Amino acid sequence: MAAIESIDPLLQEQSSPSPRTLLWRRVLSHRGLLFGLSVVLALVVVAVFAPFFAPHDPYLQDLTARMQPPSFLGGSVEHLLGTDHLGRDYLSRLIYGARVSLLIGVVAALISGVIGTALGVAAGYFGGRVDDVVTFMINVRLAMPVVLVALAVVAILGGSLQVVIGVLGLLLWDRFAVVMRSSTQQIRRREYVAAAQAIGASTTRVILSEIMPNIINNLIVVVTLEMAHAILLEATLSFLGLGVQPPTPSWGLMVAEGKNMMLFEPYLVLIPGAVLFVLVLAINLMGDGLRDVTAPDSRN
Amino acid sequence: MTDKRLLTLKNLRIDIPVANGVLHAVRGLDFELDRGEVLCIVGESGSGKSLTSLALMGLLGRQIDTRSDTMDFDGVDLSKASAKQLRSLRGARMAMIFQEPMTSLNPAYTIGDQLIEARMLHPNQGRAAARARAIELLEKVGITAAASRLSQYPHQLSGGLRQRVMIAMALMCEPELIIADEPTTALDVTIQAQILRLLVDLTREMNTAMILITHDLGVVSRVADKVAVMYAGELVETGPVADIFNAPSHPYTRGLLRCIPLPGKRAQGERLGTIPGIVPSLVGEVSGCAFRTRCAHVSDDCRGEIPLHTQEQHSFRCVHRSGRAAAEEQSA
Amino acid sequence: MKKDPILELCNVSKQYHVKQGLFGERKPLLAVNEVSLSLQRGEVLGLVGESGCGKSTLAKILLGLEPPTHGEVRVNGERIDNQDRLALARRIQPIFQDPYSSLNPRKTIADIVALPLLVHRVGNAASRDKAVREMLDVVGLPSRVMNTYPNQMSGGQRQRVAIARALVMKPEVVICDEPTSALDVSVQSQILNLLADLRAEFNLSYLFISHNLAVVEHLADRVAVMYLGRVVEESSVGKLFQQARHPYSRALLQSVLTPAPELGVPETHLGMDYPNPISPPSGCHFHPRCSVAGPACEEDAPAPIRDESGLVECHVYDKGSALYRPNGLDRRAVE
Repeated sequence: MAAIESIDPLLQEQSSPSPRTLLWRRVLSHRGLLFGLSVVLALVVVAVFAPFFAPHDPYLQDLTARMQPPSFLGGSVEHLLGTDHLGRDYLSRLIYGARVSLLIGVVAALISGVIGTALGVAAGYFGGRVDDVVTFMINVRLAMPVVLVALAVVAILGGSLQVVIGVLGLLLWDRFAVVMRSSTQQIRRREYVAAAQAIGASTTRVILSEIMPNIINNLIVVVTLEMAHAILLEATLSFLGLGVQPPTPSWGLMVAEGKNMMLFEPYLVLIPGAVLFVLVLAINLMGDGLRDVTAPDSRN
Repeated sequence: MTDKRLLTLKNLRIDIPVANGVLHAVRGLDFELDRGEVLCIVGESGSGKSLTSLALMGLLGRQIDTRSDTMDFDGVDLSKASAKQLRSLRGARMAMIFQEPMTSLNPAYTIGDQLIEARMLHPNQGRAAARARAIELLEKVGITAAASRLSQYPHQLSGGLRQRVMIAMALMCEPELIIADEPTTALDVTIQAQILRLLVDLTREMNTAMILITHDLGVVSRVADKVAVMYAGELVETGPVADIFNAPSHPYTRGLLRCIPLPGKRAQGERLGTIPGIVPSLVGEVSGCAFRTRCAHVSDDCRGEIPLHTQEQHSFRCVHRSGRAAAEEQSA
Repeated sequence: MKKDPILELCNVSKQYHVKQGLFGERKPLLAVNEVSLSLQRGEVLGLVGESGCGKSTLAKILLGLEPPTHGEVRVNGERIDNQDRLALARRIQPIFQDPYSSLNPRKTIADIVALPLLVHRVGNAASRDKAVREMLDVVGLPSRVMNTYPNQMSGGQRQRVAIARALVMKPEVVICDEPTSALDVSVQSQILNLLADLRAEFNLSYLFISHNLAVVEHLADRVAVMYLGRVVEESSVGKLFQQARHPYSRALLQSVLTPAPELGVPETHLGMDYPNPISPPSGCHFHPRCSVAGPACEEDAPAPIRDESGLVECHVYDKGSALYRPNGLDRRAVE
């Protein structure tokens, strides 16, 4: 017999705070969330204001200054993180690379979010045939190896920022669909949905006004996780040469360009790798934190 | 020769730390239970009745502060018992029946497995003997084709049957005390009557004491020997069932009885009695009578120490000797 | 009494198809089986039954949430499938059982109560605000709750909000689906009194669904008893409680445990043959649990018998049956 720690429902004080206040309190006390959020925000600021932060032009080649190590490993202060094989300042490329990663992450997550949410909500709300069709689509999509398909498409259409965003947007909607479908199914069963229908509300109103506000928390969590997913995928594609094309700075490309000299100048690979790791970790922490913080309020 | 007194509880206090302070969920509960007696603890949500039963079984988590002057089960001090002692008591001498049979029966095991396991733990019987006892008990609780039921899973049975299995499981080791927490609330009305009947018959037959926790006064009146009425963590009135229903003294008890629709006893269109207001917050300092915010007979004294009035076995706490303000003698 | 039915059901049936297990075929489940009822204007019709009897399905059909498989539902003489969704909603509104899930936790009380007005495009923001305030006052809530959220209120207060929402459009019929079952006794009586007052004030008609017979007896004028999708008895409240005819109604009444210390727990003689709605017993669905069943009960389903007392479906009252008893079952008043 398990130990049960239950508190009789009505023992809460009568004036409990609004859901918004409660949420804010939880956010401010969740360390993972705060850390992730601050790192991501910092990177966003840096990426948006890249011209102010970057000490040099990331495209400027200076063959006389190629392969210089970072300043803390013996190089000059002029290039804090050293230079690559074409003499371009690594720090600047890193900063501008943040733009690429974040842009792809956000836009791809948005596109797949819209597709996946539409499919998932429709399947969850209407059930029956619609659900069967959407579930079939999800299963087909899940059976596809994402990286290989992305590679194939990019190989055919040629690599570029737009192609990568499009491909990722059209491939990453599955988790959205699954999560939104099950969330919608849960909310659909609540009596306030039946009440709204009985009041005569149209299907659109019921979905947008009764159901969406209650599943948006789950949506936000999935958005952050898929952003991380998209960023990693882009890095993978660029590493394989089928993503963003040089000379555009992309962290994945930077790793690819540095891999030949990895054993001699490990910083060429480690620095972009480390930044990728930190960004993805931060986004994941943010997503986990959001999930914890927006966990449905227990019945009170 | 065993003592007639089985369970003595004095001054039980349960405090729960919450976000903005301490919630005083139970404040000063006492009662006594003899062997074979049925005590009904009745109260509404927030009264603390479920917490009390969990405290007796030692099932409250460590974060919850449970204290009592005495918590004695046949000579064993439950508040000081080690985890090992409590485990050996539970199931063997004290058994519990919960409200939701689906969640208290493990869906991954057959009924037979769960019944037999209970018996094999206490008092460590062999499997064959335990199985025989399981069949015997399933038949006792009215389940036909008992032997074949042993291999069924909980989800294959209806709610009423599952609750019967719960009762059988509770009785497997011939406990001296059964604590039943709202055992019929989740069941249909006709099945509720059957289950209650079964519980009463079996406990009488095996001379098992029972603490039945419920919010339903009708159930209490039909099943109890003794009644304890709880409100917002306090024991407001206690006594033999006839006294409580024929001569309710505390304003809350009287108010509660007036709220119940009685078929055939009311003229059409007559209003039901009500208790205006809601349960007060129990967080932070709680003093005086918890019911005073809703009581028609409230006075300034109600904020202080509330005296206990006892007549034979019937006692209640109120500043008024008769549970009513002196000036009003009508049924208020 | 002049017949003025505001709500009529004629031979309404609802069949679902339920999948049995992972690979099982779909089996038909007749949740509502040829139900005919009528609710008179200004009347409270109680609908009682236990789980699986079909009362909740019936409520959904009446609210337009599910279409019946057969039969007709009429509101004020017009069939509901001919009316558009909004017109029907103006006439029939629900109050549900669970005050914790019948209000959208992300909306303020004002938004919740104003929703019907918004959907039906009644008035503007100012007039809606006024209507909401008035309604909250009618149900006994202060207007300061307008900007609070459901989680800040108790169960009884939430149920009042649900009532306000149901009545803000001044419907004619309110479908009350176990409106007090999830509430404490002391709160239940407040809500029941409120429902009775509102019915008088607004001349409402209620279909009051409940498993609690004592509550139904207090509020209802007529009662219909359902078992496994069929109405097995219908009569006025007084007659049902004094002389229930159908054996199931009698068992149900016996199971009502009123506070009576001398009486103990009744023996209902119902047995444990709990029915499976997907494969109900043959003939009269109640026969395996019936203490007076005879061989005819297993073979033939009893036909509904209508007389001055109301409706009953039982061979004991069928003059053409071998089981017929002129005086019905042993008369015993319910205490």
